[in-house]
Amino acid sequence: MTPREVETVYEALAIQIDAIGPEKREMFLAKLALLMAHEIGDAPRVCRMIEDAAKNIDV
Amino acid sequence: MRPAGRAETDSLYFTYPHFDPPSERGNLSDRAPVAIVGAGPVGMTAALALAKEGVRSVLFDAKDTFNDGSRAICVARQSYHILDKLDAVAPFLEKSLGWTTGRSFYRGKQILEFEMPDSPREKFRPMYNIEQQYIEQYLWDAIIQEPLIETRWQSEIVGVADLADGVALTVRDPDGSYTMPADWVLASDGARSPIRTMRGLRLKGENFEGRYVIADVQMEHDYPTIRRALFDPDCLRGGTILVHKQPDNIWRIDYQLRDGEDEAAAIAEDNVRSSVAAVLEELGYTGDWELEWWSIYSANTLVLDDYRDGRIFYVGDSAHIVPIFGVRGLNNGLADAQNIAWKLARVMQGRSGEALLDSYSPERRGATLDVFANASKSARFMTPPTEGWQLMRDAALNLALSHPFAGELANPRQMTPYTYADSPIVCADDPAFERGAVPGAPLPDARVGDGFLSDCLGKGFTVLCFDADLSSDLSDLDAKIVLLQPGSEAAEVLAAGPQTAYLVRPDNHIAGRWHQATAATVRSALTLSTTGETA
Repeated sequence: MTPREVETVYEALAIQIDAIGPEKREMFLAKLALLMAHEIGDAPRVCRMIEDAAKNIDV
Repeated sequence: MRPAGRAETDSLYFTYPHFDPPSERGNLSDRAPVAIVGAGPVGMTAALALAKEGVRSVLFDAKDTFNDGSRAICVARQSYHILDKLDAVAPFLEKSLGWTTGRSFYRGKQILEFEMPDSPREKFRPMYNIEQQYIEQYLWDAIIQEPLIETRWQSEIVGVADLADGVALTVRDPDGSYTMPADWVLASDGARSPIRTMRGLRLKGENFEGRYVIADVQMEHDYPTIRRALFDPDCLRGGTILVHKQPDNIWRIDYQLRDGEDEAAAIAEDNVRSSVAAVLEELGYTGDWELEWWSIYSANTLVLDDYRDGRIFYVGDSAHIVPIFGVRGLNNGLADAQNIAWKLARVMQGRSGEALLDSYSPERRGATLDVFANASKSARFMTPPTEGWQLMRDAALNLALSHPFAGELANPRQMTPYTYADSPIVCADDPAFERGAVPGAPLPDARVGDGFLSDCLGKGFTVLCFDADLSSDLSDLDAKIVLLQPGSEAAEVLAAGPQTAYLVRPDNHIAGRWHQATAATVRSALTLSTTGETA
């Protein structure tokens, strides 16, 4: 993915998170995580990504 | 519980019998080979299984009739094989409703339809719904035909003491008290087992938060025998509902209580009626209905450390409490009964050493721990315990509206037969097999002639082989030898070559298998499986 493509996804996520609103935001992100995991089709890799995303969360 | 004005056993569809205490009092203290405490489905199955092996038993129950209410309603294929072995399955097949399909709904929309494994190779369907009273009635009908079983109703066990070579039970009934010695005791006296309490033993494990009211209603509802699970329905936001069809137009409705909801209020008749009415509206049912019976249930996983306590064996709920979502409470209890019965009979008849009895607890406790692992998954989906589980559960259900893969997370996977992988009396697998059923697993079924492979099995051990020479070399063995055709459906299911043999136990579990069997290997495997010792 080029930096430009990453930016496209980044913007789409920001816009969608705002559109969904605070009450359903968590559910939306959890749905998205499941859907993307299914598309990736590699459970060990997804589990490593779950660990990666949890890093530095309290910084 | 039942509606106001109706007694505990005043059912809309079932006439409860009344049993008197023993009237002949002369021989009550005579020693019994086996005392079975608790004449529920598990105790009755144990008594019948022992009688099939020629072992006499005395069966006690503190009540004067069967258990009230429909209780355990889902009987699995493996249990029908047990009943079949006891020649008792016919009335069950006649009355029960077989099913293979389940549907799950999220906010009123179907997100999953699952099929349990089934095929024409199977003699029985994966699951049958039948009220527990009928289970008890049909087992009782078999027991009264059996001269080796003496049943004593209204007989409560109030004392238990070890003897040098047995157990002394103190029994109290309305006409007096007496002590009866027994060589062996099977405690099938339920979740609150008085025997277990008197022996100072405790079930260990955890309680889940989810509590459910289970209610039976009678109604002319036009829907097939399909298990329905309703997640987050309009009538119970945040909760879960299960709906099962039973015989006699009885429908089981399980609905979850909210966190902090008062239990006493929840089971008050008015509240049960209004909750049921809301569920029926959700189901689109608008006709008349009558409330039959209800109870309350919470999901526990509790188990005894050891199912054997000297000459006492715990069978069924006295040894383990499992969440209902796995439908393994009764089914595992019946398997416990069959497992201990064939082993105990062999030891009592001097055909096996006592070491065989030490395989009962690891095999059957292992089955319970396996249920815990599966049922805990189900329970976490049905009743998420924390915010994380709740969020992911809700996300999966919501995603399932557009993407069916996510709906699979709602599949309860109820039909996974247990394999005795670590049993001391099961052989290691032969690595020459690439598929087929492994040692310790239940024997898969297949069509053989006009019947099924399971019909060919003997009362005791059975050797399945495909070679006439091997079959005649084993003809002196204390086992039934079944010669099957190479290339047959059975050979295919068992991944068998021309020299393959399977050794099958009295409970239809595989004791060992060999791709290139010799008479010597089969002989030493039978020794291991019947004595717990290698030859």
